[in-house]
Amino acid sequence: MSELQLPEVGLVLLVGASGSGKSSFAARHFEAFEVLSSDYFRGLVGNDETDQSVSKAAFEALEFVAGKRLEAGLLTVVDATNVQQSARQSLIEVARKHDVLVSAIVLDVPIRLCFERNEQRGRRRVPPGAIERQHKELKRSLKSMRREGFARIHVLDTEEQIAQASILRHKLLNDFRDQTGPFDVIGDVHGCLDELVMLLEKLGYRFEYDAEKNPANAVHPQGRRAVFVGDLVDRGPDSVGVLRLVMGMVRSGAALAVSGNHEDKLVRALRGRNVNLTHGLDQTMDQIQQAGAQLKRDITDFCASLISHLVLDEGKLVIAHAGLIEKYQGRASKRVRAFALYGQVTGEVDEFGLPVRYPWAKDYRGSAAVLFGHTPMTEVAWINNTACLDTGCVFGGQLSAMRYPEREVVAVDALQQYAEPGRPLESPFGPQRESGVLSMEDVTGPLRLKTSSMGTVKISAEQAAGALETMSRFATDPRWLRYLPPTMSPAESSQRPGYLEHPDEALAYYKKQGVSKVICEQKHMGSRAVMLLARNPERFDAPEGWLGTLHTRTGREFLDHGAERELLAQAHRAVDACGLWQELDTDWLILDGELLPWSLKAESLIKDSYASVGASSVAATQATVQVLEQAAGAGLEVSALLASVQEQHRNARAFRDSYRRYVGDKEQLRFAAFQVLAAQEKTFESKDHGWHMGIAQRLAEAAPKLFIQTEWTSVELDSEEQVQAAVDWWEQLTQAGGEGMVVKPWGNLQRGAKGWIQPGIKVRGREYLRIIYGPDYLEPQNLKRLRQRATDKKRARAIHEYILGLEALRLSAQGEPLWKIHQMVFGVLALESEPIDPRL
Amino acid sequence: MLVTITLDSPVGSGINAMDLSHLLRKHPAKVQNFELPVGTAYVFYPECTEQRTTAALLLQIDPINLVRSKRFRGNSGILDYYVNDRPYAASSLTSVAIGKVLRSAMTGISPSHQELADARLPLTLKLPVVSSRGGHGVDLVSALFEPLGWTIEQQAIELDEEFPQWGDSQYSSVVLSGVERLDVALRQLYVLLPVLDDSKHYWVGDDETEKLARQGEGWLENHPERDLITQRYLVHQKSLVAMAEAQISSADSAGSQQPGDSAETSSVVPLRVERAQAVLNALKEYGAQRIVDMGCGPGALLRRLQADPYFTSIIGTDVSARSLEQAAAALHLDERSDAQQERIKLLHSSAVYQDERLNNFDAIVLMEVIEHLDGSRLPALVSSVFGANSPRVVVVTTPNVEYNVKYPGLDHHALRHEDHRFEWTRAEFEAWAQETAGEHSYGVQFRTIGANDPQVGSPTQMAIFSKEQA
Repeated sequence: MSELQLPEVGLVLLVGASGSGKSSFAARHFEAFEVLSSDYFRGLVGNDETDQSVSKAAFEALEFVAGKRLEAGLLTVVDATNVQQSARQSLIEVARKHDVLVSAIVLDVPIRLCFERNEQRGRRRVPPGAIERQHKELKRSLKSMRREGFARIHVLDTEEQIAQASILRHKLLNDFRDQTGPFDVIGDVHGCLDELVMLLEKLGYRFEYDAEKNPANAVHPQGRRAVFVGDLVDRGPDSVGVLRLVMGMVRSGAALAVSGNHEDKLVRALRGRNVNLTHGLDQTMDQIQQAGAQLKRDITDFCASLISHLVLDEGKLVIAHAGLIEKYQGRASKRVRAFALYGQVTGEVDEFGLPVRYPWAKDYRGSAAVLFGHTPMTEVAWINNTACLDTGCVFGGQLSAMRYPEREVVAVDALQQYAEPGRPLESPFGPQRESGVLSMEDVTGPLRLKTSSMGTVKISAEQAAGALETMSRFATDPRWLRYLPPTMSPAESSQRPGYLEHPDEALAYYKKQGVSKVICEQKHMGSRAVMLLARNPERFDAPEGWLGTLHTRTGREFLDHGAERELLAQAHRAVDACGLWQELDTDWLILDGELLPWSLKAESLIKDSYASVGASSVAATQATVQVLEQAAGAGLEVSALLASVQEQHRNARAFRDSYRRYVGDKEQLRFAAFQVLAAQEKTFESKDHGWHMGIAQRLAEAAPKLFIQTEWTSVELDSEEQVQAAVDWWEQLTQAGGEGMVVKPWGNLQRGAKGWIQPGIKVRGREYLRIIYGPDYLEPQNLKRLRQRATDKKRARAIHEYILGLEALRLSAQGEPLWKIHQMVFGVLALESEPIDPRL
Repeated sequence: MLVTITLDSPVGSGINAMDLSHLLRKHPAKVQNFELPVGTAYVFYPECTEQRTTAALLLQIDPINLVRSKRFRGNSGILDYYVNDRPYAASSLTSVAIGKVLRSAMTGISPSHQELADARLPLTLKLPVVSSRGGHGVDLVSALFEPLGWTIEQQAIELDEEFPQWGDSQYSSVVLSGVERLDVALRQLYVLLPVLDDSKHYWVGDDETEKLARQGEGWLENHPERDLITQRYLVHQKSLVAMAEAQISSADSAGSQQPGDSAETSSVVPLRVERAQAVLNALKEYGAQRIVDMGCGPGALLRRLQADPYFTSIIGTDVSARSLEQAAAALHLDERSDAQQERIKLLHSSAVYQDERLNNFDAIVLMEVIEHLDGSRLPALVSSVFGANSPRVVVVTTPNVEYNVKYPGLDHHALRHEDHRFEWTRAEFEAWAQETAGEHSYGVQFRTIGANDPQVGSPTQMAIFSKEQA
């Protein structure tokens, strides 16, 4: 019984004449979707499986589908005769384009069998001449196929073999996804044995020595594994010593390694190819010659066995000497190997006459972290989830390792400079590696924004397009826009006479969600504002002396440059005075709050909308009252109408009073902080609101001219007394002209039985709501209809925005690339925008 | 919303003022109500004597239904909020009520009092709240009603007496008095109230032009503001809006008129035309045939590129989807052949994001675009245009702020357009351009566009970046 090995990612061609049994073979060994049959595609494009005139269209469609499957990394089997070289070549091209291996399974059965089966096909019968021709072509192909680029060709030439064959799918050589670490990934060693030993010691490895006292293995007592990014050899003093140790570690399972370009060249030199002995290869060859024939063979085998890259830790970590773009990860092709070992060049040369490297990391958007070497850098830095670990040890720099998953850098200084670099070491922060670049792809929908622990939020193409203009033209710089707050849902409509909103419903919501304690916070009459304060502008890629930013819930700056600076400087002093920098151990922090007065942002809204409605409603109702009074005087029966218009007139005046409370002195800016959102490496959504209010209070005490306190009360929802007290408190607050309150779970971020709980629910006062629902909203016939409002949609949106905002903060705190943070922030704005059709 | 109509009987005129009720065909002793889609209309007579009779039309609008019903909302935007002035100000809703409730009076036919219907009567029309929205500071009440022979008594309504610094509101109370046939007076109100208010609430049907002709008969033909009235009366009809906007956009470059754009400069050619021509010339001079017009707005430059077969491939991008719609209409893209649709395309894109779709073009044009971006975002634009797309040629035009002194209408230190985030002097522009060129290995040369004043230079400045001249 023969076992046919196939790589689990790749393209498989079945080769054989009509009637050779390909389809039944495919049906036995592969899943239905894995098999693309040319007959079936003829049917799809031409309604007839046997119609040869549609073959061209059928194969175009088949290749398109095959391409999509290979792109997704799925094993794909092509069930077609594939007896002509041109047909095979076209499919091999598809595989190459997606950097996967191609295998062939040839069914070389006696031709009489094909004839017999053909006879049983009925209407789908093929002309016997065609089968003969295919058979001949197959025989010819068997010789030529070896040179066509197949990774493996399995030939089954008897019925028995075909019947007994089984398929074994094997992993690709680079597939180490089941190895989850922890790892210590080590940069380019280049023959620096002493520094490698020092580094491994520092990382906690224990050494084993051979008979000559050479270090021959190193094992970590906690089972950590070293991973070498290649370029073990050349330029440095002891390439053989390094190889001896690393080979020992790989053999014992203590290490993994990929090939660098220097190993690749070394193999060719060792195999006697004509190679320029430059860049230290001459020394290495000399050292190997002196080490003896056995070691030379071992080294040749070892270096030849090194693969181009490793995919580790469930696909979350990729190791390749020169880095690897996402598309090539976990793939196998010549160009994948070339990229992994040599990187890509732009075709230009720099002032040192060396090729300019293509800055692939700048555009990297993959989810896997990529650790690599190849280009000596002045330091190790994460750029778009990639990091170069070559810190030029052989040039007198350092030998560096990245602990994974800890993401800590461990390094030792070179004992001396062993070689002269071709060009000065690059800074990872150079313009070539700018990570602040955003691309249309980052913000073009549909987007599936995956968060680390709160699920995925989908943004449609229309929603994304709707936010593009606001974000591009009106929002503050994306480098400084780290968060947008979610919309806030109101309480469900109250059924109490004369109320549209009442605390009962908000409190009941949280109780139903299983929350036992909530906080009720006074709702200020201002504008939602996010304040970023920073003492380290470089972290935000901002100019020296930059203090932070203050923006609205759609990302717009509130103030002009000078006024903003003044306000932020005040805020900085308050944070200094509270000792918050030290307490939170941070150089930056983001505060969520409310900026007052509302008229600062909304004056034109107040004038154009509210005051205009106020003026017209008061004037119109007053004139109407007069005319109706005149009519009543003339003896007409208008009393009901008059009473109603008089009521409208009172409502119009009450409406005026409502908006007038929002007009404040624009010179007297106040910030009511209600949450610390993020600082340094932390976010604070799981700190309870008591903690947050405590900080807000300290800020207000430190700088009462800027920060104001928020009145609040906590409520145990099981206590009827406390619930009643909260309702009374709200009544007082709103009767005194307050906007209302916001109810939040005391414990902050919380999950209920059916998902995440609303982070806050607003309960607005009766009078305040006039400026939302109109002067006459409390009239019974109006209120009745206004109560029918759907809060569900708004609540779902609030949760989505909340999740995206939190993820943006977490990504910021973790120092993740800007594009990831920006996607989340953009997502919030997209959910808040009017959708636009992006197709024109 | 209230309108009153008063008929006076001057001594010796022989008119019985109470006959107003016959002309209106509404009983003087009753309060009659009429259910309309937008609410309830009431007609009653607050005074009714032989000397003086006043009829009142009161429209009590249902504010909730107005906002919730799709029928009324349309896409005017004004009904996106529950708080709006529709229940109070005279508007197209008033016209609807007049048209429904006083339809027979508007015909001028009165079986019982035809003589009176045919007579020009001493009438007083009172409108307690009239909006002149969209008047751009010019009050239209006089312009609309005076030519028709009305004497106008207009009292501005203060926006809020508690905040006198805010001044007057957009509303005033208006009393019109004059001698006119009742049907004509009603038809004038019917047409002119929506024109004053300038925000129609309902979908205007195809017969609206015809309706306008009918209601305007006898008074609109020779009205000096006839064009304005027609335009505003029809303004919410979609195809007409598009037509009007296409006209506006053809007179405009970046979707926003700047001083000098339409005014005649030294030559007879408006600046916007000169600017577009200068850009076209530069592109041809540098042999650029495949062009990206970044920030194309409603398509002023695109139309010129489209008309010239020299340009083989054209992409217009804009961050505003609205502008792109206008550009698509101006270019008549949907009527073009496949080949033309392949040649010229529009993309929704932003200059501050890198866009791979714009790679491999000969030239990128940024005509009057950079000044619409905050200064802090300019490096992002430079990085995406010069760094990522990196075409052979980049053409940038922007206002020269020094020239602003030449615009008498412009306040000192004011910018030419409210959306301009900055306007540069020649030195500032050149410094930016030189630095940008240096960083990205381009050569750069500068040109003037428009009249070149020896002291302050030209109104528009242009930089042509080219890789060849690096």
